[in-house]
Amino acid sequence: MAPLSQTRDQTAARVSADEAGAASAPVVVTIRRSTLLRPAVALLAKELRTEFRTRELLATTLVFVLMVLVLFSFTFDPTAAETRRFAPGLLWLALLFAGSLMLHPSFTREQANDTLAALRLAPIEPVAILAAKIAANLCFLLLAELMLLPIFAALYNLSLLPVIGRLVVVLFLGTLGLATIGTVFSAVSAQARMRELLLPLLLLPLMAPALIASAEATVGLFDDSAALSPVWTTFLAAFDVMFLTVTWLFGEYLLEE
Amino acid sequence: MDTSFHQAREEGRGGLGIEFHKIEKRYGARFALRGVSLQIAPGECVALLGANGSGKSTLLKIAALLVRPTSGGVTFPDVGDIGADGAPSAIAPSAGGQETFAIKARIGLLAHQTLLYDELSAEENLVLFAKLYGLDRPLQRAAGALEPAGLARRAKDLVRTFSRGMRQRLAIARATLADPALLLLDEPAAGLDPAGQQWLGKTLGHLQDRGCTMLMSTHGTSEAHAVVTRAVRLAGGQIAEDSGPAGDPRPILAAALAAGHEG
Amino acid sequence: MAHSMATSTLSTREVARAGTDGLATLGVAALLAVAGYCALFVAPTERTMGLIQRIFYFHVPSAWTGFVAFLISFIASIAYLRVRSPKWDWLAVSSAEIGVAFMTVMLVTGPIWAKPVWGIWWTWDARLTSTFVLWALYVCYLLLRTLIDDPERRGVVSAVFNTFAAFDIPLVYFSIWFFRTQHPQPVIGDGGSLDPRMLRVLLLCWAALLGVFVLLLRQRYRVEALRHRVAELQISAAREEDER
Repeated sequence: MAPLSQTRDQTAARVSADEAGAASAPVVVTIRRSTLLRPAVALLAKELRTEFRTRELLATTLVFVLMVLVLFSFTFDPTAAETRRFAPGLLWLALLFAGSLMLHPSFTREQANDTLAALRLAPIEPVAILAAKIAANLCFLLLAELMLLPIFAALYNLSLLPVIGRLVVVLFLGTLGLATIGTVFSAVSAQARMRELLLPLLLLPLMAPALIASAEATVGLFDDSAALSPVWTTFLAAFDVMFLTVTWLFGEYLLEE
Repeated sequence: MDTSFHQAREEGRGGLGIEFHKIEKRYGARFALRGVSLQIAPGECVALLGANGSGKSTLLKIAALLVRPTSGGVTFPDVGDIGADGAPSAIAPSAGGQETFAIKARIGLLAHQTLLYDELSAEENLVLFAKLYGLDRPLQRAAGALEPAGLARRAKDLVRTFSRGMRQRLAIARATLADPALLLLDEPAAGLDPAGQQWLGKTLGHLQDRGCTMLMSTHGTSEAHAVVTRAVRLAGGQIAEDSGPAGDPRPILAAALAAGHEG
Repeated sequence: MAHSMATSTLSTREVARAGTDGLATLGVAALLAVAGYCALFVAPTERTMGLIQRIFYFHVPSAWTGFVAFLISFIASIAYLRVRSPKWDWLAVSSAEIGVAFMTVMLVTGPIWAKPVWGIWWTWDARLTSTFVLWALYVCYLLLRTLIDDPERRGVVSAVFNTFAAFDIPLVYFSIWFFRTQHPQPVIGDGGSLDPRMLRVLLLCWAALLGVFVLLLRQRYRVEALRHRVAELQISAAREEDER
């Protein structure tokens, strides 16, 4: 009858290890466990394992972005000096399109055997499910971006090495926003009709501020100053923090049935 | 600190009772359940009968706190002592809070779908769920569940490569992995061969000996019926027949079986 | 007996409601007429832009009314997520739909004003562009609602999207404003201080449009409630048929 004095993250589940039956006094084993962090880590490992087994997301994103970058080059002169101003915007636009298409399976994949129900059955915070998927998608997108960067720099004649550290910061902040909103709304589109079309539709207007900020910050890296824009970097960080918070507060409603 | 659970286990022989109060569930214009009230005491094993679309699966999902009823509620009288102050009333799914987690940790669900990841191996599936339920030594736990299910040899194979019967065995192993005090089964015998059905009957028998409460939807005959202590027939989202906690479930079971053969 | 009594009280309520509706409509119509008159004849003519500038008295209040509508929609969405009463969902969709209508007025009057004054239909002015993104967000909200059939899922999912959109709005405005100030554009005249007479007419027009908004919202909400009622009646009819 003692009140449970656990934090939000801790609960006590007691599982009987008693195999002998009801006759003997049951042995009660107390297991302390986290309902947020540990499940999230376990789920992240699951996402990574599944993805690296199939490499669906990674491969399609790579090829898609590459194709878009090459196709862009047909619409203007890719060797002109002006390109330096345009190219980062193109890269981000291609990544945004890629994200709006590739993040779609995040939740539809869970519908195959209704595994989302299995996750919702478990005694874990629903946010852990979203957090694991956001983290996994962030990993995949970042990995794809790091593989694309050298090709992108070669195609558009940009020198990467002097700014690579700062560029990774911008990539991380911009991609975190994309992964957050993309993952959350893949849960939305999974529940609607015309789902493949719906995710880009929801994602593009929401991502407009992050697109501007990431593109501008990247452009800043490739002009003469090569400096990290404090305004746009802060803005991107604020964007990420805001939507991670909104996801924390409201995301779990999307997982209901 | 452990006493409340301890007492509940002794009194209810380890089972978790469940009460449905005037449950209604609507999907848009369609009623799945129309006012179902049912009290199930700890340790009872209730067979849910009824035609397709009579609301059996929905009732199981509501019991598992997966689906929020349109009106009415579910209570778990045994764990009234778990809450920090007093008994929890109707529990809403996805409501956080330690009471809900403590209850969820003790419920096992075998659903119509397998609830398994096809791209993971049998062992990886069970290890993942053992971790989500916060069980000690997840690897041993998984191995201990795979052995009796006859899947030890295929532990490292992807579920994608499994036959229908093997998937069902693994799904049953998943549902019973965390030693549930309330086990909800949606047609547990589906896809199982005679040996599989025998194993299922044995598994459920063990769980019953340990006091586990069970609620299973079922169509035809099965080894699983050996454990049934009470039968409830649903029709059109309402309870049509109930043998009661002390009554004989066999007439209702037999009638349902006959109806199943005709259909 | 009890049944007929219920009907009669309902009808008295209906009559009273129709009466207040009529009065409110008359009041708003009068307010709108006065506001229109003031905008066209009382407010002073702007020196450089001339008569066309008077579109300003509907352009700006439409945008403001749209903002109010989206704010109400946002609050109703949060309330729906917390309480799950369908009434909040009806309010959210009604308000968002009317908000989109007012924002459309803003987006249409903008180019009509811009063409004679600057010679171009669309300037990539920060406020106009931001408002366009805002408009697109709520069009997506309305579109999303048409693609989910179950009323409860539709309510929950669209309420979450509404919440994300509402938090996105300040970011949209800041990012586009800052982007535009970095890249000089033909700056559209927000000519500093406004003549006090112009300001008064502007506020009068806003009041009139808010009146229109409230009237529309009441009617739109009632449509949603009636739709719900029709669905309920269909269900109970189907149920009676079942039982027979």
